[in-house]
Amino acid sequence: MQLVLEKRAERSNTIALISPLIAIGLTIVTMTILFAILGKNPILALHAYFIAPLSDSYSLQEIAVKATPLVMIAVGLSLCYLANVWNIGAEGQFLIGAVAGSWLPVVTHGTDAGYWVLPAMLVCGTVAGALYALIPAICKVKFGASEILTSLMLVYVADLFLDYMVRGPWRDPNGFNFPTTAEFDPVATVPLLVSGGRLHLGAIIALLVVAAVAVMLGRTIKGFEIRVVGAAPRAARFGGFNSNQLILLTFAISGGLAGLAGIIEVAGPVGHLQPGFSPGYGFTAIIVAFLGRLNPVGILIAGLFLALTFIGGEQAQIAMKIPLDVTKVFQGILLFYVLACDSLILYRFRLIFPSPKVSSGAV
Amino acid sequence: MRKLLIAATAVMISAGASLFSASAADKLKVGFIYLGPVGDFGWTYQHELARQALVKEFGDKIETTYLENVSEGPDSERSIEQLVRAGNKLIFTTSFGYMDPTLKVAKKYPDVHFEHATGFKTDKNMGIYNGRFYEGRYIQGVIAGKMSKAGVLGYIASFPIPEVIMGINATILGAQTVNPNIKVKIIWANTWFDPGKEADAAKALLDQGADVIMQHTDSPAAMQIASERGKLAFGQDSEMIKFGPKTQLTSIMDNWAPYYIDRVKAELDGKWTTDNVWGGLKSKLVVMAPYTNMPDDVKKLAMDTEAAITEGKLYPFKCPIVDQDGKTVECKGGDHLDDGQVLSMNFYVKGIDDKIPGK
Amino acid sequence: MALFEAIILSVLAASTPLLIAAIGELVTERAGVLNLGVEGMMIMGAACGFGGAWLSGSVIVGALCGIVAGTLMSLIFALMTLGLAVNQVATGLALTILGIGLSGLIGAGFVGERITPAPHLYIPGLTDIPFAGRILFGEDGFIYLSLALVIGVWLFLYRTQAGLILRAAGDNHVSAHALGYPVLRIRMFAVMFGGACAGLAGAYLPLAYTPFFIPGMTAGRGWIALALVVFASWRPGRLVIGAYLFGAVTILQLHTQALGLGIPSQFMSALPYLATVIVLVLISRARTGGSTAPAALGTVFVPDR
Repeated sequence: MQLVLEKRAERSNTIALISPLIAIGLTIVTMTILFAILGKNPILALHAYFIAPLSDSYSLQEIAVKATPLVMIAVGLSLCYLANVWNIGAEGQFLIGAVAGSWLPVVTHGTDAGYWVLPAMLVCGTVAGALYALIPAICKVKFGASEILTSLMLVYVADLFLDYMVRGPWRDPNGFNFPTTAEFDPVATVPLLVSGGRLHLGAIIALLVVAAVAVMLGRTIKGFEIRVVGAAPRAARFGGFNSNQLILLTFAISGGLAGLAGIIEVAGPVGHLQPGFSPGYGFTAIIVAFLGRLNPVGILIAGLFLALTFIGGEQAQIAMKIPLDVTKVFQGILLFYVLACDSLILYRFRLIFPSPKVSSGAV
Repeated sequence: MRKLLIAATAVMISAGASLFSASAADKLKVGFIYLGPVGDFGWTYQHELARQALVKEFGDKIETTYLENVSEGPDSERSIEQLVRAGNKLIFTTSFGYMDPTLKVAKKYPDVHFEHATGFKTDKNMGIYNGRFYEGRYIQGVIAGKMSKAGVLGYIASFPIPEVIMGINATILGAQTVNPNIKVKIIWANTWFDPGKEADAAKALLDQGADVIMQHTDSPAAMQIASERGKLAFGQDSEMIKFGPKTQLTSIMDNWAPYYIDRVKAELDGKWTTDNVWGGLKSKLVVMAPYTNMPDDVKKLAMDTEAAITEGKLYPFKCPIVDQDGKTVECKGGDHLDDGQVLSMNFYVKGIDDKIPGK
Repeated sequence: MALFEAIILSVLAASTPLLIAAIGELVTERAGVLNLGVEGMMIMGAACGFGGAWLSGSVIVGALCGIVAGTLMSLIFALMTLGLAVNQVATGLALTILGIGLSGLIGAGFVGERITPAPHLYIPGLTDIPFAGRILFGEDGFIYLSLALVIGVWLFLYRTQAGLILRAAGDNHVSAHALGYPVLRIRMFAVMFGGACAGLAGAYLPLAYTPFFIPGMTAGRGWIALALVVFASWRPGRLVIGAYLFGAVTILQLHTQALGLGIPSQFMSALPYLATVIVLVLISRARTGGSTAPAALGTVFVPDR
């Protein structure tokens, strides 16, 4: 007798709805055990993780702030992944977008430049991110170089480029030589939505991006082509779709969105360019994309949820003195459960009683 | 199932509410923001030791909280504000990159007091503090100048910021007092913390003829490499003799505890005011580990140098200072460079045959 | 000459953890599975490897603990991606997060402790041969073990039937399955081998390279190992070249700095990555027909019954 996985005839909508709940339930059980081992009160700990951040407007704002770049990057990445190309260098595109977008506020610093600065910055960031993403895409299309590797390698290059610019040419002349640009002028800063808080215009832009990509995927020919190329490459070839063109397109879009997220982050919550300003959003966004099942709305929810665990982890550190490593373990376990339960949408378990004939093929 | 969930949620909310309301209001809450993990055995570890010293000193009168591994990006502002919202009235932010976020939060919460390490911006409710680690480096330079048979020092640097450059200069100025022809080879690791890379850098320096290793990166890796090769080295941030019992000459130890105790005491007495403290050997913010693995005359020289700096008789950046191009640097502090010049130092002194990256 | 020898010795040591982790990942990928969690498995190997050595006082016990830790981590990955058909990229990234957290928890107990590092070999006569002696017979055992591993993997992949089947599973799982081979079981072993190697590579850091444990001490080496596999276009021989090339660039950039050549250090630090991209493009270009990746790499396989 064996337990095997088997593809469902069609995806289960019931499981699609309840699988996140099962995953959260399993996480709670596992973490309760872990908290008990560590000698922490599980109920208070879970409260700090899940409930406390949702119970006041300040934390809600912070969740949105944290989720903004994650969602924006992940939505772009989902297009690549749907088309079955693997951009894992969003972190690099995020950084390059931030650097390129920072060029204007650095050169216009202290002048009476008008309100055109911020929009121009956003354009610069987007274009730079897209161009940077096109490097691995072109290497892939022209030379067949693996985009997984090239896009990943370019992350390190972008990081060092940022480092060089901020320590060298763009260093704040009045900043005691410390590696940061001058604080951006008000015209170069993303406006806040709520005074006294940190929620900024970027959150709205992220929502617009989600909506735009949802429309593109659901209602346009290009969106259809992306889905077909990913799901059935042979069919796509017969259909006459140009897969190279789609690789370039999806990379450009995802890079552009990552670059946009980068400059918004720098011109918003950070306020100046400095090395190490990204806590790895480009990589975290990959997980967000999959948690959200490569669906724009799903990604929005997943981004908010992951942001919740970050904010919650911090509150658990403050309220319960739970080490940050526990939060990482918690996130890891949660991700595993969510991904595992999602698997049941497409597959189901079945008990089989193998006959001697098929035993060689079974696992 | 649903009802169960709702019930569980309700229990959690009420339990949490009672937790937060029950927290003692009369205790002073003191918060810390750390750059690394508390177990980095370097920079963050030393701040953590000081926090533990606070707990020991004040016991039940205070409650301390820390957030570790807080990156110097957009997260730090939130982390600081979270500490404020959790009721902390005195908050130490322990890395340069937290400067602007600390300032922003300080403006928002005028009733809370902030202490920012290694920065230069202050406010009514935001003080700054730092250590004059270059004083220790000057002593190390004197020792290294005496102990290096080859006359070549190996220096593992992190990033070309003034803090690091003043350290290199102080080392060379110290070394030149005992060996005018001393040479230094510098490797920029471009990281504060990557044990493997620090070890590689130490190997490269030793292979190129350096026989005393000093570092401005945080792990004990370089110490161990020097120990393996039977060469000499200096520790960084903390006592590292354990990693090189026959290797460590001394170590510059960050000693934040007296300052933290002082500030918490002021806060408890209601006497906290903003400040700008740049303490060195004299105020015990910088402490030298025991001088080991050197002959008695070098040990005496080191102790004399330490005493002279402590008593204010010797300034590491005593004029005239000549930069590497042979130009004499303007002397703004009377007979030595003033703090502003030191804090923004971006030149090498004469005798360093290298170029500052990005300059 | 002495400097040249010293540089080679440094390069060998710097390349070894990369080579060990990469050879494991190479086998995993050859079986058609992309495990991006190498960094997470490595750091677990480092934490458990150090812990084992510290508690037992034996480097060998430490190495075994590292291997076991890496293997256990890879089993989680195998359960997810093979057992439950979950996307491999996402699972690998989640594995890294988990590994970093868990290793921090495990390692908290022995931060600041030290152990005696793995001894260097000494074979009288041989090790004393000028120049070549130190390199061929005088380093720590891990270095020679890593090369033995590569040769072993090469023999396995190209000279045994099992290796042929493994490559078949990686290139076309449907056909391999149709021929009656247990694709999932093959892949599970490949993933476990990758985990064991990553664990050993992680353990190498605190056992031989820098004999202490600090959270996050792998500092991105797992990611470089992943890159090396692709750089080597999934061939063990090229992997050795790639790993030593990467190690050489890393070490040489430190040496050029110490010589005071005045090149921006950021540019020097970026060189290995740029070199990888350029070499990859050149290799891919030289070959017609594009990628040489295992055809089924990263795809989910659920056998029909």
